[in-house]
Amino acid sequence: MTVLATSPRADRRQRRSAWRRRDAATGLLFVSPAVLGSLAFVIAPLVAVVWFSLHEWNVLAATFTFEGAGNYERMLADTSLHAALVASGWFSLGLVVLNISLALVLAVLLNQRLPGTTFFRVAFFSPVVVSIVAWTIVWGFLLQVDGGINSALAAVGIEGPNWLRGNVTAMVAVVVVQLFKNVGLNMILFLSALQSVPEEIQEAATLDGAGPWRRFWSITIPMISPTLLLVSILTVVGSLETFALIDVLTQGGPSNSTTVLVYYLYRQAFEFNEFGYASAIAVLLFTIVLALTLLQWQTRKRWVFHEV
Amino acid sequence: MKSDRTVAHDLPVPEKGPAPGPRPASAAPRRRGRIRPWILVAVMALLAVPFLFPTWWMATSSMKTTSEILRVPPSIWPDAPSLEPYTQVFALQPFAQQYWNSLYIAVIVTAGTIFVASLAGYAFARIQFPGANFLFVVVLVGLLIPTEVTIVPLFRMVNSLGLIDTHWPLVVIPILGAPSVLATFIMRQFFLGLPGELEEAGRMDGLTRWGIFWRIAFPLARPAIAAVAIFTFLKSWNMYLEPIVFLSSRDKFTLPQALTQYVDAYGGPIWNVQLAATTLTVIPVLVVFVIAQRHFIQGLAQTGLKG
Repeated sequence: MTVLATSPRADRRQRRSAWRRRDAATGLLFVSPAVLGSLAFVIAPLVAVVWFSLHEWNVLAATFTFEGAGNYERMLADTSLHAALVASGWFSLGLVVLNISLALVLAVLLNQRLPGTTFFRVAFFSPVVVSIVAWTIVWGFLLQVDGGINSALAAVGIEGPNWLRGNVTAMVAVVVVQLFKNVGLNMILFLSALQSVPEEIQEAATLDGAGPWRRFWSITIPMISPTLLLVSILTVVGSLETFALIDVLTQGGPSNSTTVLVYYLYRQAFEFNEFGYASAIAVLLFTIVLALTLLQWQTRKRWVFHEV
Repeated sequence: MKSDRTVAHDLPVPEKGPAPGPRPASAAPRRRGRIRPWILVAVMALLAVPFLFPTWWMATSSMKTTSEILRVPPSIWPDAPSLEPYTQVFALQPFAQQYWNSLYIAVIVTAGTIFVASLAGYAFARIQFPGANFLFVVVLVGLLIPTEVTIVPLFRMVNSLGLIDTHWPLVVIPILGAPSVLATFIMRQFFLGLPGELEEAGRMDGLTRWGIFWRIAFPLARPAIAAVAIFTFLKSWNMYLEPIVFLSSRDKFTLPQALTQYVDAYGGPIWNVQLAATTLTVIPVLVVFVIAQRHFIQGLAQTGLKG
């Protein structure tokens, strides 16, 4: 206000800064639902779960007493938890490896401009829009001892196992059911990455005498490595969140062989009412998700060709 | 690396020097073209079976009798297609009510998420305000948190508000909490790519920030909004953990939860009825998907998810 608004330039500057100030307020207003929502439904629960994990808290017995690291000591001795960690490890490893490989294969096949590509793209993607519970119910029938899978195997002379009753076969079953359910999403992400690889580079490599395999490993993979990083992070985190599939298909059985970490957490909280212990498991789960994400992010410089 | 390249150049000349590793394929004259197309199509057709057959089997079995479902080998088409299982679906549970629950919850969650996420995404992308980066990180934390991690505190929160066995938590938490973070991120990615001149023009015309957002940026974001709408709707429609934690009475149930309830007195599933109910929840979504598949797939592929 010290400068009289005689010069049009100063006038404009002043109006600009007024707009800026008002604009900043508008910006804060615009982000406030998301920020307050995050504080209330993400950050606060996250802090709360750490706090709860330091308590012995049984809802049914109405106990809530501070016991420091007690739940964590219990975790160290809890062999069922260790089994759940191992089950989670196998499930995630199997799922991530199979999912990314199959998604890449499907994306490459769809990228060949073959007849029927649109049909196959829709076919491979369609389970993504089917609810996981519906998909799992149907597969649950197909995996019965006299179900569709074993009839198909019998047709080629193989006697199929009772999939959901054997420890190993049940794990194979949950991995496979989840694989077909969601591989289409990664396939689409890979496909759009493949389509953005410039054709000239491929042609130049062909002229240099590089065969299809060499072109794939030396050009395609490095060119789509940012997508590969994103897909692997999403798939790893997603694999650790698998709950509905387990609850509907195996209920964690047989003999807890498919009780993955989230399912163990759910049972501790909502079957055994051990909210304190369940909170400690939640902290462990979050730590694992965070560690795996950071690990993949940290290694990106080694194998991701160009930055996202 | 180097030896590989040499081999590639030497390919036409058979056995010149010690080739690293026996490669029978390279001994034969390599076809310049690719594998024949029909072989690849056949491979895709074979691979498509586990993706398509379950849906086919579900739809056809829902019209079979229980004994026919169990028959070995399974029939591809029911002997005597019957809609009896479908009437049972509605007789055994308030299925229409449950259908409505899922539908209206998903619609509100989708609309609310689009509103919250596009506002926040727009501001984070286009407006300069103090603490923007910090607040963005506060929001992004949600991306890293599986629902299961916070389910105990959320349950306690909902319980202390007396909202157990209501639809409130299924509506409010997805819109404001972790599930909408990906939507915010996608919207921000989209708005980052918006040309600045458009907004400048709007400002010259005397539009407020809200006006610029609502009249210019939001309508242009239609592809991103479509993608967000699709995956938000699906996520809500398919939600499972939250309903089974928060709801207890049948007429409040959502569909995924209701599907698991078609069991007889011994807990064994009533197969054809369960499959009929499953078909009713799956087929409408699949039909919409097939009709709009281009938008579905391109929307999801193109919208920021690529990074």
